[in-house]
Amino acid sequence: MQIDLINFSKNFGQTRVIEDMNLTIKSGEMIALLGPSGCGKSTTLLSICGIHRLSGGKVLFGGKAVEHLAPQDRNVGVVFQNYALYPHMTIAENIAFPLKIRRMDRAACQAAVEAIARMVRITELLARRPAELSGGQQQRVALARALVRQPDVLLLDEPLANLDAKLRLDMRSEIRRLQQESGLTAILVTHDQIEAMSMCDRIALMDRGRIVQVAQPMELYHHPKNRFVADFIGTPPISIVPAQALGQTAGEKSVGGDVYEWGVRPEFFGPQHGTGVQGKINYVEQQGREDLVDVVLDGGALLRSLQPGGCYIAGQQVNWGLAHEGLLAFDYKGDRL
Amino acid sequence: MQSKWWNVPILLFLGLVSLPLVVMCLFQVIDVFTVRAVGSLLPQGVTFEHFRFLWQPVDQGRAGFWPVLGNTLVFACTTALLVTALSVTSAYALSRLSFPGRRFFLAGLLVLHAFPTITLIIAIFLILQMLGLYDSLLGLIFVKVALELPFGVWIMKGFYDTVPWEIEMAGVQDGASRGYVWWVLVLPQVQPGLMAILVFSFLSGWSEFILPLVLAPGSGAQVLATYMAALIIDDTRPDFDLFKAVGLVYALPVVVLYLTFQKSLMNIYGGGSKG
Repeated sequence: MQIDLINFSKNFGQTRVIEDMNLTIKSGEMIALLGPSGCGKSTTLLSICGIHRLSGGKVLFGGKAVEHLAPQDRNVGVVFQNYALYPHMTIAENIAFPLKIRRMDRAACQAAVEAIARMVRITELLARRPAELSGGQQQRVALARALVRQPDVLLLDEPLANLDAKLRLDMRSEIRRLQQESGLTAILVTHDQIEAMSMCDRIALMDRGRIVQVAQPMELYHHPKNRFVADFIGTPPISIVPAQALGQTAGEKSVGGDVYEWGVRPEFFGPQHGTGVQGKINYVEQQGREDLVDVVLDGGALLRSLQPGGCYIAGQQVNWGLAHEGLLAFDYKGDRL
Repeated sequence: MQSKWWNVPILLFLGLVSLPLVVMCLFQVIDVFTVRAVGSLLPQGVTFEHFRFLWQPVDQGRAGFWPVLGNTLVFACTTALLVTALSVTSAYALSRLSFPGRRFFLAGLLVLHAFPTITLIIAIFLILQMLGLYDSLLGLIFVKVALELPFGVWIMKGFYDTVPWEIEMAGVQDGASRGYVWWVLVLPQVQPGLMAILVFSFLSGWSEFILPLVLAPGSGAQVLATYMAALIIDDTRPDFDLFKAVGLVYALPVVVLYLTFQKSLMNIYGGGSKG
């Protein structure tokens, strides 16, 4: 089901949290609301599901305005960061709760619970209580509970934040699989760009209550709209240096307008791109297969480069080149040229 | 436990210190079932004479034991139920809802919690007199409930505060009304607090002395505490064994309740967290 946010805004008292947001989420699409903490992404999510009341604007589900509906009437499934399972009920009762509210008869209810339990692979846990489950299992239960009543929209609020790194990797693909199998429209709120890039069709990057850019993950990476997007997306992060720091080397790339700063991603700087930029290795961060090499240029600016592991040590003098096609130019306002 | 021998002197010390308490309890029980000559330590024979208040009036012109016990039960039970019902609901509002005057109520709770209630007794007396509830069980219950509420509400609010918001949001999202969410999802989480309030306010009502003494001095609304006080008020012929026997009966429910609900009473000091 398509979701439209039109001139959507939200205040808490005098504080404006979301300002005039416009966003269309296509039916069956999974979109990420990505941004630093405090940018309003969770507020957006809670407004869509109806827990917060809008201060202005419209929310459309499949073309129908829902902003005046109570959360109970919106048919939205939500997975919370801490899963919010009901501790005094068994897993089966937890999953059946939304169905019980809808007065579904016992047999149909049980069948639905078993079907969804098979889908998220927790069939053997149904008789247990939430406290006896691991984080990953609780996550699956929360997903099952959100999916069992066949919602129009699935909202995920930082669903992986409480899991350990290995489990997070598994659950990323698991959630994506469930979303695609059920064909649901889903919104994922996260501050983790890897999560957003690996799970979602599109990413809406937010900053201070506004959407800065909405694009597909690779588009966001290679064609950021401004300095904020370039800086936020990408690990290891991009190096942003004053225009004169790269001097003639970068000047060969022609852009329309006055360049104030250059953005150089770690893979676009290194010996594999020729020579021309001289500096000294300041620090080598070992990451296993690759090393992240910090190079201080003669002018004092810092560039980072990803190099095969174990090739360089701190203190070495280097003369490396830039890949011009990967350079990002920003004007003094921070917009990309 | 490698340092077990360390415990021995500590236990010895604690034992010595609590010895007077043990002796008191021991003699309380021994005395009520035996006859003892004045001045001697050892009992001379077994008797149930001290429990005569159970089957005959102790004194002409005074209420019998059973109506007084009934009064005490009604007083303590009603107080407990009212305090629990009111604190469970109002604490939820204070913990979860934002309404005008919330800060005022919270601050007021804290003040009343620590307020020496005896300073209010004259005002309460006058109010009850005006309402026509002076010397009645109903008036007594009203006053007791009002004075117990700040404690109950404060404790319950602590319990509600530990229940994650998301559980309620999830419930609402699953299609349940706020009332249903509270009843089915939130109340079970604060149940230990509810039990504790129930038991505590019952015990507090059961042992209340000053309020009945001042506000219900007649024989119609007498409770056990004032009944006992009346037994020894005539100090020309005190019957201490009778007094002790009544005391034993009076203390029995308290002991039983403490033993039964120990765990949920301890919860209050745990701040409501599980574990």
